[in-house]
Amino acid sequence: MKLHEFQAKELFAKHGIPVQKGTVIERPEQLDGVVLNYPIVLKAQVLVGGRGKAGGIKLANTLSEARQHARAILGMDIKGEKVKRLLVVEAAQIGAEYYLAFVIDRGAQRLAAIASAAGGIDIEDVARQTPEKIAKVAIDPFFGFQPFHGRTLGRNIGLTGTLLNDFVKTSTTLYRLCVTEDAELSEINPLAVVGDRLLAIDAKVIVDDNAVYRHPDLPRNEELTELEQMARASGLSYVELDGDIAIIGNGAGLVMATLDIVAHFGGRPANFLDVGGGATEENMRRAIDIVARKPGVRALFVNIFGGITRCDDIARGITSSPPPMPMVVRLIGTNEAEGRRILQAAGIHAYLDPEEAAQQVVALVRGRHG
Amino acid sequence: MLEFGTQVVAGVTPGKGGQKAHGIPVFETVDEAVHETGATAACIFVPARGAKDAALEAVSAKLDPVVIITEGVPVHDSLQVMEHARRNGVRVIGPNCPGVTSPGQCKIGIMPNHLFKPGSVGVISRSGTLTYEIVAGLSGKGIGQSTAIGLGGDPVVGVSFTDALKMLHDDPETTAVVLIGEIGGSAEEDAARFLEGHRSKPVIGYIAGQTAPPGKRMGHAGAVISGGEGTAAAKIEALRRAGARVATLPGEVAELVQEVLR
Repeated sequence: MKLHEFQAKELFAKHGIPVQKGTVIERPEQLDGVVLNYPIVLKAQVLVGGRGKAGGIKLANTLSEARQHARAILGMDIKGEKVKRLLVVEAAQIGAEYYLAFVIDRGAQRLAAIASAAGGIDIEDVARQTPEKIAKVAIDPFFGFQPFHGRTLGRNIGLTGTLLNDFVKTSTTLYRLCVTEDAELSEINPLAVVGDRLLAIDAKVIVDDNAVYRHPDLPRNEELTELEQMARASGLSYVELDGDIAIIGNGAGLVMATLDIVAHFGGRPANFLDVGGGATEENMRRAIDIVARKPGVRALFVNIFGGITRCDDIARGITSSPPPMPMVVRLIGTNEAEGRRILQAAGIHAYLDPEEAAQQVVALVRGRHG
Repeated sequence: MLEFGTQVVAGVTPGKGGQKAHGIPVFETVDEAVHETGATAACIFVPARGAKDAALEAVSAKLDPVVIITEGVPVHDSLQVMEHARRNGVRVIGPNCPGVTSPGQCKIGIMPNHLFKPGSVGVISRSGTLTYEIVAGLSGKGIGQSTAIGLGGDPVVGVSFTDALKMLHDDPETTAVVLIGEIGGSAEEDAARFLEGHRSKPVIGYIAGQTAPPGKRMGHAGAVISGGEGTAAAKIEALRRAGARVATLPGEVAELVQEVLR
């Protein structure tokens, strides 16, 4: 779960990482009551990246200028996300810009601290073009990230004196935040020199979805579409895509493969939906209901390989809640015979071969196009 | 597991010590279970909230492997489990995996027995049902399996593709390996780097998520393309460069295996 910049900065402030003085507004008129020294910066609060390039960050020298920017940015569409809030902060005289992050290193099975003197730009670009500018420390979770790690990291990006001391404090604090808030990423980019201190100009925190239950105090952001939220509430894993063939399968890998098979034969999947291991009749009914709600869906492809999931449960789910569009079913595995009997009684043929079934569903959609 | 020949000697459920499940004694702690029964491996079904504690306990008792079936384990919990396992020289499989089986000999996990057939092909995968699909295809063509390992769908898992490839390369019962990867992370690319130095056994690959959009988590916690890393195209390319045959569709895997075994 991604946090908005202002939410991440609230966490920073709570843990003791210095941030600029600022406030959040939802309407341009709210600027009138804002007690900040001009010039100020207005920043669109969206979860997608690239807001700067999209015109979502503006500097204002006066109140009227600020109002003008606020009117332009609020309601703006940035990569499909509507701007509902602005973070307004006092502009800072920024010197050098650094990068600091704690991120899960999947290959090393460890949390890694990453720092660079090339802050303010995309760290992935730095990693590709000038990997020597990136300093890294792998962290033993039982030992933790100690101040000496911070000093080593800081020295490796060229810091000395007060700034080095500041960096040690900021990095150890950010580590503590990362662990206590269950973040899979906590990032400051840029971590900038303002006067003789380090200040977090931007803040990015992504909380591990699997650990959100441990943090009832954290805000709940939904990067998800309405249908995706509905699916999540039903315990289904659903991702909206832009095609016209709805897909239901069991197991994330099998559903991903199903999308690939459909695309291979020229079809365009409308979604990813994993009914999960041990899916019940009720799960199946909900799954059909959700995929059918997406506008523009022309056909449904159900691809089930029964393991813990039983084919008869799936078949009952299908027959008790038939989708309002043509459907192709591939059904194989546990209790397959009973599943097929139930479908057959309802006049539904079940395929054994997923590729044959995929070709059939693609043909159905093509036929409908004329 | 019992049906597949695994000697399940003990269960551990706090609060239920002294009871029996399917005739098998249940203990309060792993230490007691190991002391009383001589158990050597563990399979963890504990719900996500308690999975870390159960795994740390099993690793502390030096059980090997420790297979974690549980889905939804917080990643910082997994980091602690993996660190503890490294220190103790214990192999962890999972979390979020269907387990491991050597058909006809043993199974630790939840893979459906009837799909498997004893043979000489090793299968390693990040997914459950997709593994069943591909294994059924192999068995259907009369190609049996030596060992199949579900590595798990999480971003941080214990045994990696590279670890598993090393084990299968050293295994005299294995003649070829099927590697079933998916988008997210770089475990497949790491495996490809290992293969470039060790081309002793043929590898047939399949990568799921070739059409998945970036930034979207496709069901598995670990299946997400982020910052341009973890695409199926990059994984397929790396494996092909390392000499592996990579199928475009899951249905082609069995045919490719048949060709290399010929």
